[in-house]
Amino acid sequence: MASILKIIAQRLALGALTMFVVSVVIFTAVNLLPGDFAQAILGQGATPEAVDAIRRDLGLDQPPITRYLDWLAGALQGDLGNSFAQANFAAFVGSDAGSGLSSVAGQIAPRFENTIFLAGVTALFAVPVSLTLGILAALYRNSIFDRATNILTLSSISSPEFFLAYILILFLAVMNPILPSLSNIYEGMGFGERFTKTLLPALTLTLVVTAHMMRMTRAAIINLLASPYIEMAQLKGISPLRIIVKHALPNALAPIINVVALNLAYLITGVVVVEVVFVYPGIGQLFVDSVKIRDIPVVQACCLIFAGAYILLNLTADVLSILSNPRLRHPK
Amino acid sequence: MSNLMLFVAAIIGVLGGGWVFRFLGRTFTGNKPYFRDMGLGVAFGYVLGALLLIWLIWAYGQSHSSDLATANKFFFLGKAVEGFFLFAAAAWVFRLFGRYVGPDGSRKIFRSMPLTASFGVLTILIYAFVAIFAAWLAPYGQEEILSSANIVPGGNPTVGGNPEFPLGTDQIGRDIMSRLIFGAQNTVGIAFATTCLAFFIGGSLGFLAATLQGWLDQVLSRGVDVLMAIPSLIFALLLMTIASAWAGSEKGLLTYYMILIIAVIDSTRVFRLARAVGLNIVVMDYIEAAKLRGEGLSYLIFREILPNAYAPLLAEFGLRFCFVFLTIASLSFLGVGIQPPTADWGTMVRDLAQFINFAGFAPQVASAPLLAAGAIALLTVAVNFVVDWMLQKSSGLKE
Amino acid sequence: MADTLLKVRGLKIEGRSDETWMPIVNGINFDLCRGEVLGLIGESGAGKSTVGLAAMGFTRDGCRISGGSVEFDGIDLVNAAARTKRDLLGRRIAYVAQSAAASFNPAHRLIDQHTEAPVQHGVMPRSESESDGIELYRKLRLPNPNEIGFRYPHQVSGGQLQRAMTAMAMSCRPDLIVFDEPTTALDVTTQIEVLASIRKIVEEFDTAAIYITHDLAVVAQMADKIKVLLKGDEVEEADTREMLSNPKESYTKSLWAVRSFKRPQKPAVQTASVPVVSVQNVTAAYGKVPVLHNVSFDMHAGRTVAVVGESGSGKSTVARCITGLLPPTQGQIELDGVPLPSDYRKRDKSQLRQAQMIYQMADTALNPRKTIGELIGRPVQFYMGLTGSERRKRVEQLLEEIELEPSQYYNRLPSELSGGQKQRVGIARALAAEPKFIICDEVTSALDQLVAEGILKLLARLQDELNLTYMFITHDLATVRSIADEVVVMKEGRVVEQGLKEEMFRPPHRPYTDLLLSSVPEMDPDWLTNLLKDRGVDNIGDAALDKMENESPG
Repeated sequence: MASILKIIAQRLALGALTMFVVSVVIFTAVNLLPGDFAQAILGQGATPEAVDAIRRDLGLDQPPITRYLDWLAGALQGDLGNSFAQANFAAFVGSDAGSGLSSVAGQIAPRFENTIFLAGVTALFAVPVSLTLGILAALYRNSIFDRATNILTLSSISSPEFFLAYILILFLAVMNPILPSLSNIYEGMGFGERFTKTLLPALTLTLVVTAHMMRMTRAAIINLLASPYIEMAQLKGISPLRIIVKHALPNALAPIINVVALNLAYLITGVVVVEVVFVYPGIGQLFVDSVKIRDIPVVQACCLIFAGAYILLNLTADVLSILSNPRLRHPK
Repeated sequence: MSNLMLFVAAIIGVLGGGWVFRFLGRTFTGNKPYFRDMGLGVAFGYVLGALLLIWLIWAYGQSHSSDLATANKFFFLGKAVEGFFLFAAAAWVFRLFGRYVGPDGSRKIFRSMPLTASFGVLTILIYAFVAIFAAWLAPYGQEEILSSANIVPGGNPTVGGNPEFPLGTDQIGRDIMSRLIFGAQNTVGIAFATTCLAFFIGGSLGFLAATLQGWLDQVLSRGVDVLMAIPSLIFALLLMTIASAWAGSEKGLLTYYMILIIAVIDSTRVFRLARAVGLNIVVMDYIEAAKLRGEGLSYLIFREILPNAYAPLLAEFGLRFCFVFLTIASLSFLGVGIQPPTADWGTMVRDLAQFINFAGFAPQVASAPLLAAGAIALLTVAVNFVVDWMLQKSSGLKE
Repeated sequence: MADTLLKVRGLKIEGRSDETWMPIVNGINFDLCRGEVLGLIGESGAGKSTVGLAAMGFTRDGCRISGGSVEFDGIDLVNAAARTKRDLLGRRIAYVAQSAAASFNPAHRLIDQHTEAPVQHGVMPRSESESDGIELYRKLRLPNPNEIGFRYPHQVSGGQLQRAMTAMAMSCRPDLIVFDEPTTALDVTTQIEVLASIRKIVEEFDTAAIYITHDLAVVAQMADKIKVLLKGDEVEEADTREMLSNPKESYTKSLWAVRSFKRPQKPAVQTASVPVVSVQNVTAAYGKVPVLHNVSFDMHAGRTVAVVGESGSGKSTVARCITGLLPPTQGQIELDGVPLPSDYRKRDKSQLRQAQMIYQMADTALNPRKTIGELIGRPVQFYMGLTGSERRKRVEQLLEEIELEPSQYYNRLPSELSGGQKQRVGIARALAAEPKFIICDEVTSALDQLVAEGILKLLARLQDELNLTYMFITHDLATVRSIADEVVVMKEGRVVEQGLKEEMFRPPHRPYTDLLLSSVPEMDPDWLTNLLKDRGVDNIGDAALDKMENESPG
C-alpha cells in the first residue's frame, strides 16, 4: 500500500509542477505582445501621463518576474487581476478600477458555473450512452450494427462542431420547434428552464464526445476480450454475461476511466465553439470575446482555467487507473 | 409523463417484435444455429433497425409530397438520403473502375477496398482537383461583389433564384459557388501546408529524440508534455490574440502567423507519435546490428528507421490533417482565423449562419450555410474513412 | 481398453485471412478412451492448438469448423447448442493454456478463479471447492498450499501458476483435459517439476488428456499414444513406445533424427595460445541492478564455446559486454590479446568488424524494408569498400555459402523468406564482415527442430572452412551437446562451471550443472519415471534449487 501512495503522490506533484510551468508559459506568451497593455488600452491618441498612470495602476512598470509572481500570488488567492475592457471603461468615467464588476474573477465566476453546468449535462448523456454503445459494438464486432456505428461515429468525429450544431438547430429548433436555439441564461432562472435551454448545446457536444468515447471504449473492450484469460473463462463454461461482469469489467475499469477523462478533457475545447454558436454565456464565449478585443488579463485567466481543468482531468484519470490496477493494489 | 410511458411502451413493443421475429426465424429455418443461439437483444436490434429503415423510406416519400409544407418539412432528409445514395453509387463505380483500370498494384489495392475507403479516396481526389484548378473552375472571382444578396441556391427563378449564380450570392453579393471553390484552395491549401510544417518539425525532432535518447529526449519530451497540457484550441486562440497584435493592420500576415502557430501546436502531437514509432523501431535488433557495424546517425535515421515508419506516419498525417483543418475552420468561424475577404469555409458558415432560421418556410435558403459546413465535414469524413481503412489494414497484417 | 470418450472424424477447420477462408486443418481423425493421454505433436503451423481447441467444441475468432465431427461421450460438439457446450466446458472438459500468467485473470485471486467453475456448474459449493483446491495444490506440490490460493496471479511465479492452472482444470474432476503446450514458456528445471505433477495428477484421477507440444522428449514422458501433424494434415499415429522405436513416415523419422547430430569434440587448446576473445573479470550492471559478477572465460580460434544458463542467468548480458553495448563497470574484454574499448562507439572499424553477431529473432534482426542483396551488401560495402558489380559478386558468393540460390533471392524482401532462410541471411550478413568471432544468441530457439538442425550444420561447416570462433548462447542443452567444444555454465550472473564438453557431460558435476543436465527430457519414455525414482521428487526443480541455496549460501 505504501508504494501505491508514493506513486500517487508523485503523480500529484508532477501535476502541480506541470500547472506551474503552464502558468509560466501563458504569462510569457502574453508578455510577447508588442508595446504594453497600457498603450493597447488607451490607443494611439492617449497622453503620456494617462499611459503612465495606467501602467502604474496595472503594475506594468515592474520587471516581468515580479509581475509574474504578483499575478501568480493573486491567482492562487482567486484574484485574477482586472479586465481591460472594464479598466478602459473605468478610466473614462474616472471611477475606482478595483471595484467588484471590473475584476476578472468576478466576470469569470458566473460563466464558469454555466460552463460546468453545460459540461455536466453533456457528461450525463454522453457517458452512459457511449459506454453502452461502445461495449455493444465490441461484443457484436464486425456485425451490421458495428459497421453502421463505425460509419456514423467517424462522420460525427469528422464534422466540425458548428456543423453538428447547425444541423441540430435546423431539425430541433427551426423545422420542429422543440427546443430553443439560443441559450440566453441569466441568474435566478429556474432549473427546468435552464436545463431546457442548455439541452441543444449539450446535445451537440454529446454527439461529438459520444463518438470519440464510444470508439475508444470499443477499442479498449476488444483489446480486453482478446486476452487469454477471457478465452480461459469461456473454456471454463462461464456464461457470457458473467464473463463480462466478472472477468472483463474489473480489468476494463482502468481503460474506461481513461476514456471518460480524456473525453471530458476534450469537452473543454469543444465548449468554446458550441457556446459561441448558441450564444451560451459560458467561459468559452467570454474567452472568444476577450480574444477579439484583446482583453489580455481575461484571456490569460481563461487559458489558465482551461489548462487547469485539462490537467486535473488527466491527473484524475491517472490516479484512478493506478488505483484500479490489481498489480499495484496488491504488490508482491 | 405520458411521453415517458409512450417511450416505455414502444420499447416493450419492439422487444415483443424481436421475440416474434426470433420465434419465426427458428420455426422457418428448422432451428438453425444462428436463430437458436440468438439473444433477445440481437433480435431487438434487428426489429429496431427494420423499423428505422421503414420510417426513413416513408420520410423520403414525404419529401416529394405535392403538399409544399410537408415537402419542405422533409426537404433536408430527402436531400440527405439522395446524397447518401449518390455518394455510395459514385464510390461503387469508382471502385469498379479502379479494379479494372491502372497498374497491377493499384488494381490489387482496389480489390480489397471497402466502399467507405473508395468513397474517401474519390472525395479526396475531387477536392484536390478543385483546389488546384480553382481559378479555372470558378465562374467569378472570390472577392468580386456582383449583385445584391440573393442566397437562394438552385438558380430556379420561380423560387427566387438567379440562374447566373447557381448557388446564389452571399450577404454582400458575392457568388457563393465561386467562394466555395476558392475556399477549397484556401482552406484546404492552408491546412495542408500547416500539416506539412507540423510534420516536418514534429517528425524530425521525434525521430532525433528516439534515436539519440538521453538528455535531448528528456528535454524535448518534457517540453512537449507542458505544451500538450494546454488544450490546443485554447492555446491557439491565446497565441492568435498575440499574433493579431503583431500583425496589426496587415491581415495577410496573420494567416502566416496562424500557419506557424497551429503547426507548432500540432507538431507536439506529431512528435509524440514519431518518437513512439521511432522507439519501437530503435529497439529492433537490426538497429543494434547497424549501430554495432559503426553506422552514423544519418544512416540510422534515413536508411534504417524512416523506411519502417512510413505506414503509421501516413495514417497520422491523415488524422493530423483533419485536426488542423477543423482547428482552422473553427478559428475562422470564431473570426480569428483566415481573414476576409479571402474566401474560406469557416468564415462563410459564420457569415451565412443567420439564414438557417428560414428553414421552416424556405429550406433552400437555409442550405447556404450548411453547404460550406458540409464541404468541411465531407473532406474530413473522407480522410477519416481512408485512414480508418489503412489502420485496419496494417493492424490486420500484424496478426 | 475402456470405452471411447472422444471421437474426432474428418475434422476440417478454416481460418479467415484477407476476406477469404483458408484451410488450417484438413481432415483429422482420432479416438480417445477414458484415462488415455494422446500427445499431439507438430512444428509451428501444424494446427495442433486449433485441433486441441476444436476437440472442446471451441474455435477462436476468425476460425470455423468447416467439416467433420467431434463427438464427446455421445454428444456432437460441432452442432451442439451454445448452452449445451457451456455446460460441458469446465465441468467435463477442461483446458490448460500455454501462458498461465496471461490466462489467469489479474483482477481475482487464484482460489476465486479455481472455485468459479465448480460453483457455476453446481458441482460443489464454494467452501467445499476451496478446501478441495487447497488439497489439489498440495498434491501438485505447490509451496504453502494453504495460503498460495489467496494470492493474485502476479504474485506467483510462472511454474507455480502453471501448476495452479492444472489444479483449476481439475476442480470439477473433468473427464478430459486439453494441455496446450503447458511447459513451453518455462525453464528446464521448472519444466520437469510441472511435468511430474501434471503426470501424477492425471494418473491419479484417471483423466483422459490431449497433450499438445512441439517437444518430442516431453511428449514421450506424458502420452500413451502420439499423433504427428504437419501443416494441418495427420502424418501418423501410434503408441508412444512404438512411435519412438519404429516411426514409419519419413517426416516422423526426420523429426526423430534431429537429436542425433553431434560434432566430434576438438582437442583442448594449448595453454600458451592467445585466445581470440578473452572475457576478464567482467562485472556489469543495468543502472544500479548488478547483473554480472566477475565473469571470466576465454574463446580460442576455431572453437565453439557454449554459454548456457536459464533465463536471468546473465548469458546475454555477457554478449552485450563483449559487443560494447553495455560497458562493464569492472574488468575488460581482449581481442587477440589487445584490450578493446569498453564502449562500442569508441572502437574502430576493424575492431567492430572482427566481432559479429547473429540474433535469436531473424524477424527483428533484418530490416523488413531492405532486400536481401542490400542487407548483405551493406557490410560488404561498409567494411570492404566494394561497390557496384564487385559488391554484387561478393554478395552472390555469400548467398551460395549459406545455400540460397543468388539469382532467386537477391532481390527478395525478408518477409518473403521462411524463418530458417531469414536466419541464414543473418549468418551471411555476419560473414560479410569477414570476422574472426561470431556471437550466436539463441540462434535456433525460435526455429522448428528440423530447420534448427540445418542451421547448426551450416554453422559447423562454416567454422571448419573459415576457422571461426563461436560464442554460442543457449538454454537448450541438446544444442550444446551437438555443437559445443567448451561449455560455460552460468547462474545468476556468475560462472558456475566451465570446461570441455566431454568433461561437462560426464559426472561428477557441480550440483547446479547436475540439476540442469538431469532436467533435460530425453526421448526415452521411461526417463521421467526413472529420474523420479533415482532422485526423488524433492530433488528436482525449484525444490532442489532451494535446497542448493540453503546448503551453499552465496
